[in-house]
Amino acid sequence: MRHLITVKDLSLEDVNAIFMLADSFYEQIDSRPIKKVPLLTGKTVALLFSEPSTRTRVSFELAAKRLSADTVTITQSTSSMKKGETLEDTARTLSQYGIDLLVIRHSKAGAPDIISSLGLFPVVNAGDGKRSHPTQALLDAYTIYREYGKIKGLKVAIIGDILHSRVARSNFEILRMFGCRIFVLGPTSMIPSYLPEDVVRLENIEQAIEECDLLYFLRIQFERFNEREVVDIDTYRRKYALTRERFEKIKKRDLRIMHPGPVNRGIEIDSEAVDSEFSLVFKQVKFGLYVRMGILAYLLSERSEEIEVPY
Amino acid sequence: MQEKIILGKEEIRRSLARIAHEIVEKNKGASNIALIGIWTRGAFLSKRLRNLIEKIEGVTVPAGVLDITFYRDDLKIRGLKQPGRTSIDFNFEGKTVILVDDVLYTGRTARAALNALMDYGRPSRVQLAVLVDRGHRELPIKPDFVGKNIPTSKNEEIRVYLEEIDGKDSVVIRSVEE
Repeated sequence: MRHLITVKDLSLEDVNAIFMLADSFYEQIDSRPIKKVPLLTGKTVALLFSEPSTRTRVSFELAAKRLSADTVTITQSTSSMKKGETLEDTARTLSQYGIDLLVIRHSKAGAPDIISSLGLFPVVNAGDGKRSHPTQALLDAYTIYREYGKIKGLKVAIIGDILHSRVARSNFEILRMFGCRIFVLGPTSMIPSYLPEDVVRLENIEQAIEECDLLYFLRIQFERFNEREVVDIDTYRRKYALTRERFEKIKKRDLRIMHPGPVNRGIEIDSEAVDSEFSLVFKQVKFGLYVRMGILAYLLSERSEEIEVPY
Repeated sequence: MQEKIILGKEEIRRSLARIAHEIVEKNKGASNIALIGIWTRGAFLSKRLRNLIEKIEGVTVPAGVLDITFYRDDLKIRGLKQPGRTSIDFNFEGKTVILVDDVLYTGRTARAALNALMDYGRPSRVQLAVLVDRGHRELPIKPDFVGKNIPTSKNEEIRVYLEEIDGKDSVVIRSVEE
């Protein structure tokens, strides 16, 4: 039984296989009237979301449905978890209904491991606390691949609230796997005191625009701040935001910008840039669906070395 | 493992030429047909049939490729194997679609192809053309055009090699150990 809790659960071969599946799903489904294939007919995917989410929840639900799996959604506030049922018992209960795979988003780091260690069904981490968001990293890398035709060797600057960001952590892992050069930039209060050895800290945003191929902006995660953490928006914007003036330089250098969403327009990136052709923000959303279809198909299909598939 | 050549380059060429003529005859011309090859080898065969029909009728019929990986009932995704490439960039509504494959065996591939095809549109009629029919059907499926009927036992394997991807044209039969 395979789980996807962090990017480290995948080999480069696994990631390639998922990307190939995503390619095929995109190619076969995106433009046609019947947006469904029967691959996972009869399977059931449970979605357990204890934190707000639009993109991740909707795209996982649609991914399962477009593969013809049934889905069931459990939210903390309307389930027995509100009455104090533990994660383990919730998982055991779901397993009695014959669930084939669980997608979990949880505010506590490590929550997916609690369930995966029970060995009931494959578990996919859709974001746990500040720790990990592997499916976001996969869709980011896939979007980069679609846009640049390669990933290896690109210089990527990740800008903003690194400290609270599971997206940054998972992106470090996947970009490293593909041999990218990783740079970070942000207020000292938002940069972890311990950075991985291969991650280089930049001095200012101008340096990122001059030297990198791609700028990845993070959302300031106000909801994860403790009482002592404060951020002055004006100072932040002056130093780290993609303002209209900086956007002119981005255009000149023909760089691409990314953001995991939801974007705080006018804080991390100005609207003009978000909606421009230099922004991959909505491509990330679109490809996210097909990458998540690839993840579900990969984890739920039997793989056999002997059989020459598919024909 | 013993291999025996059943069709050589010339025989394959003649079989396809005959199938092209039969397609045109059965459909009273080529004005309302489309060819869709099942990835992998069906795709190359359908391109050859298109060229042959063009020579006979002077009409270029639309030709597409259908990947049925996600429609099989015995699917095993092999991680690193590149899935096929579907490309159908024409509308076949109201047309007769001729599905093209290299080998017809249990009929499960043809069944999957029919389901996949219907998700792309509604053809007025579907016909099936295969280079080799080796028997052992498990579903009620019958081809309209056959290059060669080859009686086989279940522990034999038919391999079709095509110039475009294999560097040679031939059909071989070989026995496989259980």
